[in-house]
Amino acid sequence: MTELTHRLSKTVRDLPPSGIRRFFDLASQMQDVISLGVGEPDFVTPWHVREASIYALERGFTSYTANAGLIELRKEISRYLRKFELDYDPETEILVTIGGSEAIDLALRTLLEPGEEVLIPEPTYVSYRPCAVLAGGTPVVVPTGMKDDFRLTKKELTAAVTANTKVLVMSYPNNPTGAVMGSDDLRDVAELAMARDFFVVTDEIYAELSYGEIHRSIAAIPGMKERTILVSGLSKAYAMTGWRVGYVAAPREIMQELIKIHQYTILCAPVMGQMAAIEAFRHGDSERDRMVESYNERRRLVVSGLKRIGLDCHEPKGAFYAFPSIASTGLTSEQFAEGLLKEGKVAVVPGHVFGESGEGFIRASYATSVEQIERALERMDRFVQKFQPQQV
Amino acid sequence: MEIENRDVILRLLHQNGRLSAETIASMIGETPENVSQMIKEMEDEHIILRYSATINWEKVKSERVTAVIDVKVTPQREVGFDAIAERIYRFSEVKSVALMSGAYDLQVVIEGDDIREIARFVSERLSTIDHVISTTTHFLLKTYKSDGVIFDDNEGDRRLVVTP
Repeated sequence: MTELTHRLSKTVRDLPPSGIRRFFDLASQMQDVISLGVGEPDFVTPWHVREASIYALERGFTSYTANAGLIELRKEISRYLRKFELDYDPETEILVTIGGSEAIDLALRTLLEPGEEVLIPEPTYVSYRPCAVLAGGTPVVVPTGMKDDFRLTKKELTAAVTANTKVLVMSYPNNPTGAVMGSDDLRDVAELAMARDFFVVTDEIYAELSYGEIHRSIAAIPGMKERTILVSGLSKAYAMTGWRVGYVAAPREIMQELIKIHQYTILCAPVMGQMAAIEAFRHGDSERDRMVESYNERRRLVVSGLKRIGLDCHEPKGAFYAFPSIASTGLTSEQFAEGLLKEGKVAVVPGHVFGESGEGFIRASYATSVEQIERALERMDRFVQKFQPQQV
Repeated sequence: MEIENRDVILRLLHQNGRLSAETIASMIGETPENVSQMIKEMEDEHIILRYSATINWEKVKSERVTAVIDVKVTPQREVGFDAIAERIYRFSEVKSVALMSGAYDLQVVIEGDDIREIARFVSERLSTIDHVISTTTHFLLKTYKSDGVIFDDNEGDRRLVVTP
């Protein structure tokens, strides 16, 4: 470590670099790789949304907006959230952010006092733990497993709650597992949150990508809105990752404080993205539903293909990830992913980068074409067979 | 369920006629046998007429000429436009015929080796058919998009190879 590094913030220095980064570097040096490692839609943003943003630029929409975002957009978000039986006032309870990522940071910084505990179900999206640490909190892992389809169970959650628990960060449909929470599961979590008096930050960025039952939000359970910060955005549902438009919905008392961080650090989300988001909410539903149907078809293709190969896989009911076990190969996640990349030329993400509970699994995104998925499955099959016990 | 699946199979095959019954079966959660059976039925019922490729002929330096012809006709008693449409679509150089609402009645698309061949078809074959009142011929200069496919699509996959 250089002298210069030593003079930097210890909190930042102690953050581990993202495990995904190493894989990105490996994969990007190779030719002819089929990637099942991408965490974003394979669709380009629908044209009507892009066109609306171009038109907004032509008309000169280039200035700051209100800190909370354009009121037209906040009204659209409020209207949209009613779909999930949620009621948020666009004037005082909704804030437009730079993607869901900023929203997570704001939520945790608003809630946490130094040393307070943040419950993080694992496997987890890679940002929650660092965001909790940067906000001064102490992350506490709540393991989830394949036997429960990676749902967050009352048993595991109860075991992790202490007198110092301040907030639970949950995200369903889940990245990386594709797990969803049913009404009963959510009720269990809500009862515990109320009984033990902690907050919930719920990241519902994949809400639209629910296959089968319609998505349910924990914030809709009576008594929960007061203790919930809902985080979401347009990235996944409307194929708008690069626009960086997300939002926070929270009760007024929380929002009054939370918005101050946004005012001083961000000022406002870019106006072009906000104009595009208005168009997506107003006219984007049919394109969105068409994309979701397409993910669903590819989801079935990947899951049945993985099972055929001999990799045990729970049925992912949301997002666009399958999370198969690679235990049958006797390899670690890292060995499997690296071997598959180098020998099979298929990029997946090793499960351990999503926390220890992810060890023994890999994340395979099916947000890629049917042809690519089929070729990737063939390559995976050849790779996996080398490690299967010989049939007697 | 069956009807719904048939619609999905049609949509998938329309996008990619080379999808195997096995792949389609995995995608919609059906057995390959059932999918093959449904496809067979739809072929028998002439719902699926043929499997073909969408080709950008401009890339293979084809000199062929395509014309879109607006045809006004007098509908006939009993058979309306159908009989006259048939007399037109039976010509092998005619690629498509459709009955339109609006300023003309039949839209006829024909293909020929050169402009003279198309001119000959219009003047000698099409205009001389009984009940054809008038024709307006438009030559096709360039195809940008056809049947949902953009011909020179430069929107490749710009995503990073691995992302969280």
